[in-house]
Amino acid sequence: MRIVGLETEYGITDPADPRANPILLSSLLVSGCRAWAGEATTRWDYGGEDPLMDQRGVRRPRTHVIPELLTDAHEFNAEAGSVTLRRRRGSWEDPAHLNAVLTNGARFYVDHAHPEYSGPEVTNARDAVIWDRAGDAIALEAAKAYATAEGTSVALYKNNVDGKGASYGTHENFQVRRDVDFDMLARRLTAHLVTRQVYTGAGRVGLGMRGERPGFQISQRADYIEAEVGLETTLRRPIVNSRDEPHADRKLWRRLHIIIGDATLFDVATFMKLGTTSLILSAIEADDERLDALTLAEPVGDVQRVSRDLTLRETLELADGTPATALQIQRALLEIARDYVADEVDAHVIARWDSLLERLARDIFETQREVEWVAKLQLLGRLRSKYSSDGHDAPWDDARIVAAEIQWSQLGTGWATRLEAAGATERLVHDDEVASAIHNAPTNTRAHLRGSIIAARPDIVDAAGWSTVVLDREASHGQLEVVHLDDPARASHPLIDELLRG
Amino acid sequence: MPQQNVNADSFDDDAPDDAAPPAAAAASTDALDALLDEIDGSLQINAEQFVRSFVQKGGQ
Repeated sequence: MRIVGLETEYGITDPADPRANPILLSSLLVSGCRAWAGEATTRWDYGGEDPLMDQRGVRRPRTHVIPELLTDAHEFNAEAGSVTLRRRRGSWEDPAHLNAVLTNGARFYVDHAHPEYSGPEVTNARDAVIWDRAGDAIALEAAKAYATAEGTSVALYKNNVDGKGASYGTHENFQVRRDVDFDMLARRLTAHLVTRQVYTGAGRVGLGMRGERPGFQISQRADYIEAEVGLETTLRRPIVNSRDEPHADRKLWRRLHIIIGDATLFDVATFMKLGTTSLILSAIEADDERLDALTLAEPVGDVQRVSRDLTLRETLELADGTPATALQIQRALLEIARDYVADEVDAHVIARWDSLLERLARDIFETQREVEWVAKLQLLGRLRSKYSSDGHDAPWDDARIVAAEIQWSQLGTGWATRLEAAGATERLVHDDEVASAIHNAPTNTRAHLRGSIIAARPDIVDAAGWSTVVLDREASHGQLEVVHLDDPARASHPLIDELLRG
Repeated sequence: MPQQNVNADSFDDDAPDDAAPPAAAAASTDALDALLDEIDGSLQINAEQFVRSFVQKGGQ
């Protein structure tokens, strides 16, 4: 079991007004999301993020009701659960309604110039797929509410590039033990992040950051990765991001933030992205030295090398000079990962991993029901042939091909969604599971506490963050109560549980 | 649509052969054909204008 989570920044346009301000559009979409959610939503708790707004230094014990919950200084205490007091700042409103924290434990908000859905904490790759799809459905509900309120429509895209130079992210989060040395972690994880795109890539028309050269490549994100390790997420993006913001007990945990991945509409792609990476992290936590043999000589260049090699036969150079293809490296990683299977979901990941690598090596089109870049290549290949002239397929930079690729990722009506509706894409999760996840949080992580209290008692929830729920109960001490949820894997807190029991 | 790319053929060298779809694909061929017709219909709009107007700000 490993806590994981997925964040998606959607592309956004007003089809009737291509020059509409995307920040305004995104903020109106979040307002739409709040309208859709009705009462059952709350604003974001910036208290833990911005020291100027953090009043946790001012603490005094509450004098009534479960006094054992209160601590003078906030320290993680899983058994007791902890609550601290925060001075009211007077009335404040989330600026321009930029956030909605939802009953399913997710955060829907404006990040830069994009609407973003940050899914709730889940414990396995399959649940990640369910709550990721729920996010797409929520974004569509928000778009519907937007259309009602604004009298015009908004189009959302689950992709990562606009073909003009801009890229926006789909981030994975993995809880990793703090005692793992970070440099070691980055070194041992890199080969996987560089080569996993052969089954996690969403496919992209255009080569280069601005798509300046025609062609098709495996990954949306590859051309925007320029460093091995770093803090940046918007410039000089790294293979391994080093942001240290655990949203959990810092003494015990890291939150590994992975920004190299593509937005994926295929269940199998999303499932494998999280499932395989989690298993490699288990090998790293166990200090498995076999991973060192897979260190790449030029990992940054290799990200693009792999992305451009549709034959999957080109070799990369390992640090000791040995040549290996991405598929061979993936096969070696799979053999290591077999030793870290801990549950049924892991076992499914391993079986699928094995099968995908075997079929990708034989004929990539055998995976077109599961691997998004292969399905996209197949569909666009047919379209190029349909638009052929003088016996030549239409070129990759034919505007119709480029347009069809953008439309592929449109939420709700895109070609990927239509392929799935036609039964041409393999599903791993059921529609009723997704429908439930739109409203309900996972029951086995702290997202349950966040989501359930917003659903049951929105009247007393002042704000919520990843590791806090802020209550405003007009208590005699006259302060807000900050409920600390420092352990992402703990779905119980005495105070929240008591409030949920009514 | 004018030919915009004189180098298209060189990229074909990288592309896997589209011919001979595998057995797994056969079942969905009809659906794919229907979808291709629909895509074709939707592209009767000005594709160049659509592509030009899809402009996003950079994000994370």
